[in-house]
Amino acid sequence: MTLEWQVFLTDDGGGRTYLEWLLQAWGWTLGVALAAWCVAIPCGALIGVMRTLQGAPVLSRLGQAWVELFRNIPLLVQIFLWYFVLPKLFPAMQQFSSFWLVVIALGLFTSARIAEQFRAGIESLPKGQRYAGMALGFKTWQLYRYVLLPAALRIILPPLTSESMNLLKNSSVAFAVSITELTMFAMQAQEETSRGIEIYLAVTVLYMISALTINRLLTWVEVRLRIPGQPSSKGPSLTTGH
Amino acid sequence: MRIFQKTPFTVCAAVLAWGMSMGAGTAFAQSNDTLGKVKASGEITMGVRDSSGALSYTLGDGKYVGFHIDVCQKIIANVEKAAGKKLETKYVSVTSQNRIPLVQNGTVDIECGSTTNNTARQKDVSFALTTYVEEVRIAVKANSGITSINQLNGKNVATTTGTTSVQILRKHERAAGVDFKEVFGKDHAESFLLLESGRADAFVMDGQILAGNIALSKNPADYKIVGEVLSVEPIAIMIRKDDAAFKKVADDTIREMAKSGDLAKSYDKWFVQPIPPKNTRVGLPASETTRATWANLNDKPMEDYAKK
Repeated sequence: MTLEWQVFLTDDGGGRTYLEWLLQAWGWTLGVALAAWCVAIPCGALIGVMRTLQGAPVLSRLGQAWVELFRNIPLLVQIFLWYFVLPKLFPAMQQFSSFWLVVIALGLFTSARIAEQFRAGIESLPKGQRYAGMALGFKTWQLYRYVLLPAALRIILPPLTSESMNLLKNSSVAFAVSITELTMFAMQAQEETSRGIEIYLAVTVLYMISALTINRLLTWVEVRLRIPGQPSSKGPSLTTGH
Repeated sequence: MRIFQKTPFTVCAAVLAWGMSMGAGTAFAQSNDTLGKVKASGEITMGVRDSSGALSYTLGDGKYVGFHIDVCQKIIANVEKAAGKKLETKYVSVTSQNRIPLVQNGTVDIECGSTTNNTARQKDVSFALTTYVEEVRIAVKANSGITSINQLNGKNVATTTGTTSVQILRKHERAAGVDFKEVFGKDHAESFLLLESGRADAFVMDGQILAGNIALSKNPADYKIVGEVLSVEPIAIMIRKDDAAFKKVADDTIREMAKSGDLAKSYDKWFVQPIPPKNTRVGLPASETTRATWANLNDKPMEDYAKK
């Protein structure tokens, strides 16, 4: 068996080549992942902060409920709930395109995991930092804005990088609700061309390039944000990777 | 971490991809003497499908049944005669993604599923005589008033990812200058759910799959198969390429079955009579094209059917 890469230059019957289709599919993958990331990070940060608020048990419980809800249901099941079940209960949701439903589902699923990272980051700070801020007369939002979050964010950047890469790879579930992203392209194009090995290799390489780009980008951010003298994953005190 | 900073990951990725392609190139070399192979090992491996309608499906518990499995069992009985010994039949469940590589690399000796015989695949594998001709049709809700594909302009049309129907729709769109809003189910059950839940106005798929899904639905009277035949595809049993001796045994068996009427009888058993596990009927008597193929057996690819 020899590899026939020219399959990507053949017409798919609709007036475009498989290569063009592959690139469009890559665009959908990146689009879903990026949009979901924009949902996941703010939601995750908000819920994570809520879970660490002191003297606000209701908000804290609410945050916990959020995390458990979205963390304990398998992603594919969540996607189907958003796609088939909720529109049955709320007919207005039938107008939503499957793209936005997937973005919401993937974004909220990931937000639960990011919330836990924010909580862990904030709770890993010495208690003295919170008390020092309170002693200086900071309001709660100022305490988080100027003391806790800047330090916590730097600590959680490595796991946040992993989670962002996970998000990209998880976007492959979007094929299940009719988004023509890379995984769907692979399944469909290999059936049409009978050249599965070439198709899957190309798709694998694109996934790897995308995930590695995210990795490099966020590692660069990590280095740029590093405070001299503070321990970090890049510093001399810690040599473990992520 | 430090080590990797100096060695770009991309180099590793490229090396890995290259290694995989090299591996694929050599691993697929396989001798083309199936008869000799099964005689030496005493076993033959049948590739089967979990749910390819009444052609090949599972009852659970490692049991596989269907029209094509009946035909394959006849072929294996004749292989046993040719080999002069009893063979143990092993079953391997295949998917549309892996069936061709598995036949090529020798994991599967004879694939008894629902594989379309076309010229692209003939470069990699070989097919026995066509035993079933599939017609791609349209299923709609009975009260929708849709009777033809031309009424689907601007409507949501469901089909299943990884099937040729997706490409048929795409070609039809370009040829007729219409615009479908395609929605893709990840399997046939989900595509049918798209039609059932109103997300799609029509479901375009192989006729027997539509008939099977309608038969299993809550209220079969709510759905109808309508309109013109969108594509005709010869479905055949798949074997390794360039294995004339094995192909002859398979083809002779099918000729024998067609002549004696066993082929039609077996078809009737799976597509017309109630079938396990729920004793439902697919309710799809043999089409004119299928019967014409039985009368005039051939292993022509799909492209030859399109010309007619």
